[in-house]
Amino acid sequence: MLAQEIPSLPRGVRIYFDSVRDKWVLLAPERAVTLDQVGHAILNEVDGHRCFGHITAILSEKYNAPKEQIAEDSSGFLDALRARRFLDVI
Amino acid sequence: MQAKAPPPIAMLAELTHRCPLSCPYCSNPVEMAKLDSELDTETWTRVFQEAAALGVLQLHLSGGEPASRRDLVALVKSAREAGLYTNLITSAIGLSERRLNDLDEAGLDHIQLSLQGTDAVMADKVGGYRGGFDRKMKTVEWIKQIGFPLTLNFVLHRHNAHQLPRALELAQEMGARRIEVATVQFHGWALKNRDALMPTREQAQQVTQLVTEARKILKGQLVIDYVPADYHDDYPKRCMGGWGTTGLNVTPDGQVLPCHAAQSIPHLTFDRVQDKPLADIWYNSSAFNAYRGTGWMSDPCKSCERKTIDFGGCRCQAMAIVGDASATDPVCIKSPLHRALQDQANEHAANSDAPFFYRISPGKATEPAE
Repeated sequence: MLAQEIPSLPRGVRIYFDSVRDKWVLLAPERAVTLDQVGHAILNEVDGHRCFGHITAILSEKYNAPKEQIAEDSSGFLDALRARRFLDVI
Repeated sequence: MQAKAPPPIAMLAELTHRCPLSCPYCSNPVEMAKLDSELDTETWTRVFQEAAALGVLQLHLSGGEPASRRDLVALVKSAREAGLYTNLITSAIGLSERRLNDLDEAGLDHIQLSLQGTDAVMADKVGGYRGGFDRKMKTVEWIKQIGFPLTLNFVLHRHNAHQLPRALELAQEMGARRIEVATVQFHGWALKNRDALMPTREQAQQVTQLVTEARKILKGQLVIDYVPADYHDDYPKRCMGGWGTTGLNVTPDGQVLPCHAAQSIPHLTFDRVQDKPLADIWYNSSAFNAYRGTGWMSDPCKSCERKTIDFGGCRCQAMAIVGDASATDPVCIKSPLHRALQDQANEHAANSDAPFFYRISPGKATEPAE
């Protein structure tokens, strides 16, 4: 994912706290994806306005980690969601 | 003792066995629930709440045709209030523009639309319902306008396999994010229609190749889920993701099944939501525990390295073909019946003139039994 690209969750895809399993999940059409801490942190910053560069900057500050490292970790995750049509990108 | 089963992720709620279509591969049992015995709105509402508390995340509202239920909007509303992701599995017959708007307001998350063929001639012949295709296409326009996420479900068999390329185009024209290319699985009505529906081995191979190529070309645009023709395969499917591990099915009259065909296994008995809490049925009922894990297996499954990959395949298929629900699925190359099944599949596929046996709709309990 490029720094200037803006990810957003399309209609029918939402973050949900699964209280039975005590985990965050991404609910999508006929699928439920368990989110780890990193995945949940990234998607929490996806609001349909912020670009990927902005999101990685926020996470870098929040978790006190190099921006490049954050971008590398989260880009693959978001690209995989995009390939499954769980994420729109403009 | 086996470890405790995990909670289920998905529930298929068969709201009714009524349907305007009469597809010859309908997954409903040949013996259908009568209209008078259908669960009412209050009972379904309670079942949805119990399902959410048990750990179900995904609710599939199915049938028959779920739009045949007059209380569909109320049911969607109660499912969303229970916290379930709500998916409507429909042929589109019975969904007006107004009803779709009401479903939108009720919080419906997603629609899975069945496709019997890519033109009116094929689709109406397979569905046994004249005008069905045109109504479906009209409904798609309303679905698009509202913006419901859409999956197209193309049920593929010998008569319409050649229409797959057009089905992929249609999915994109409809704005679907996903298409399920599902070769008919031979249970229920489809088992009666093997002569008419069985794809040839060549067709099955062509479809697999086409799906593989289309997945590359359409990556990021259209997700393609694929159910191959399993009589022609060498390894069986991991049915239901493993018996009693992932999903459950509630019939129109309240029976709770480990899979939609489980009633074809005669020695199993099924508890009803009217009599017991869903969690009790999921964890403790004899039907759900019958084929959980690997303890029920005998050889070749018992000593097989794939036993926790496919769990010996489909129990209902073992019952239907081998006559023993704990046998290896005869699709498997290790089954002594594998070769015979492949020969049988070729024989079914060679019956080019075989007629469709259409499914018959359920009557009322007051009518005499057939």
